[in-house]
Amino acid sequence: MSILPLSLDEVSFRAGDRALLDGISLTIESGPKTVILGANGAGKSLLLRICHGLLGPSGGKVRWAEGTTRQYERQAMVFQKPVMLRRSVAANVAYGLRLRKIEAGERARRVADALRRTGLTDFADQPARLLSGGEQQRLALARTWALEPEILFLDEPTANLDPGATRAVEEIVSGFHDSGAKIVMTTHDIGQARRLADEVIFLHRGRVAERAGADRFFAQPSTEEAAAYLRGDLLW
Amino acid sequence: MGQAFVLALQLIAALDAELLEIIARSFAVSLAAVAIAAAIGLPAGAALAVYRFPGRRAVIVLVNALMGLPPVFVGLLIYLFLSRAGPLGFLGLLFTPTAMIIAQAVLVTPIIVAICHRLTRDLYEEYRDQLCSFGARPHDAVRTILWDARVSLVTAVMAGFGRATAEVGAVLIVGGNIAGLTRVMTTTIALETSKGNLALALALGLILVLTAIGVNAVAMSLGGVSAYRRG
Repeated sequence: MSILPLSLDEVSFRAGDRALLDGISLTIESGPKTVILGANGAGKSLLLRICHGLLGPSGGKVRWAEGTTRQYERQAMVFQKPVMLRRSVAANVAYGLRLRKIEAGERARRVADALRRTGLTDFADQPARLLSGGEQQRLALARTWALEPEILFLDEPTANLDPGATRAVEEIVSGFHDSGAKIVMTTHDIGQARRLADEVIFLHRGRVAERAGADRFFAQPSTEEAAAYLRGDLLW
Repeated sequence: MGQAFVLALQLIAALDAELLEIIARSFAVSLAAVAIAAAIGLPAGAALAVYRFPGRRAVIVLVNALMGLPPVFVGLLIYLFLSRAGPLGFLGLLFTPTAMIIAQAVLVTPIIVAICHRLTRDLYEEYRDQLCSFGARPHDAVRTILWDARVSLVTAVMAGFGRATAEVGAVLIVGGNIAGLTRVMTTTIALETSKGNLALALALGLILVLTAIGVNAVAMSLGGVSAYRRG
């Protein structure tokens, strides 16, 4: 039984008396690639972290499908700046599998498969921290690939990467989608959103300003904020 | 003075039997003490970096304060525990190498805890979200940061070993400086100096200094190799 849909009910997050997220209600179903779009400071990363359970909301509820347990084992996240464990590339991939008590044979199979998928097979025995930025992000994706998550959160995974590395990451993300994983990704790169999104959630100042299918959103945004963002106007 | 120095070098060069025995005992006692202190101190230091509990800051302050424990005081406390009238007197450990190991372990454990805490705290700061995302529980995180910080943790253990071998007050009180049984480098230096036998004292002093240099050289080269290999 799938842990999706994920429902957020009036979720808010406060820092002091500033509401960084305010009254967010969303249902995230399996299927289409969801891209969360918005300017810096709109609350995209925060929303993702709350969905993934790294942070608890100040108010409201985050719920997975009823009757499911151990949801944290069935989701994964890729961060803007990947944290490389001070181990080999292969050991980085194996780490999460060990935590989930996957037995050695299956673990080796999944590690090899994840490295192949991300083009890192030749780097398996290298120290992860000596990889380039793009390779590190591919390794972060390999680590999550091996975990076979039902839903994958990606927090601006290409923000620090050059175009070549960005394309490699986008291809792997599409591969995740094709394998049946739900993709929820933040970006402030409109071009990337156009390439990847099936649906767009547009955040503005801690609120969901608009949610629409990608075709509609890019052709005819229904809010002034989204239209301004797409035109490249400065919203602040 | 110059004459004593020459004699000292002669003793070292001749591999004097008494000298070797004292050095061997020193190392055996201190290595055992550091092994015990590391077995307790490394997990405790990493746990202080990972777990959040009420009173955590107080524990950290206390551990840092205990780094400067006066050895004679530790020696006295352990003496009281192990003496015939003390709560552990029945063990008959006073004036044995075991008592010296206990005393040094007590001295060194806070040092290893404190240094390990400082080293692993920064690493855990970096790792926390990622480990959390993987579903690591706190005890998994403790194991992970200990392993990933292993190279820099060598310095914590080395610092402990340095303190253990250099310390005189505690082992003198609980060991009693008995020739052939509990006499180690530092207690011999103290004794021989007061007897005016400067050559043996100086020889042991030189070896202590060389040990300190050697230990630090090993630590640095380990760190260098690893910095290259681990990025």
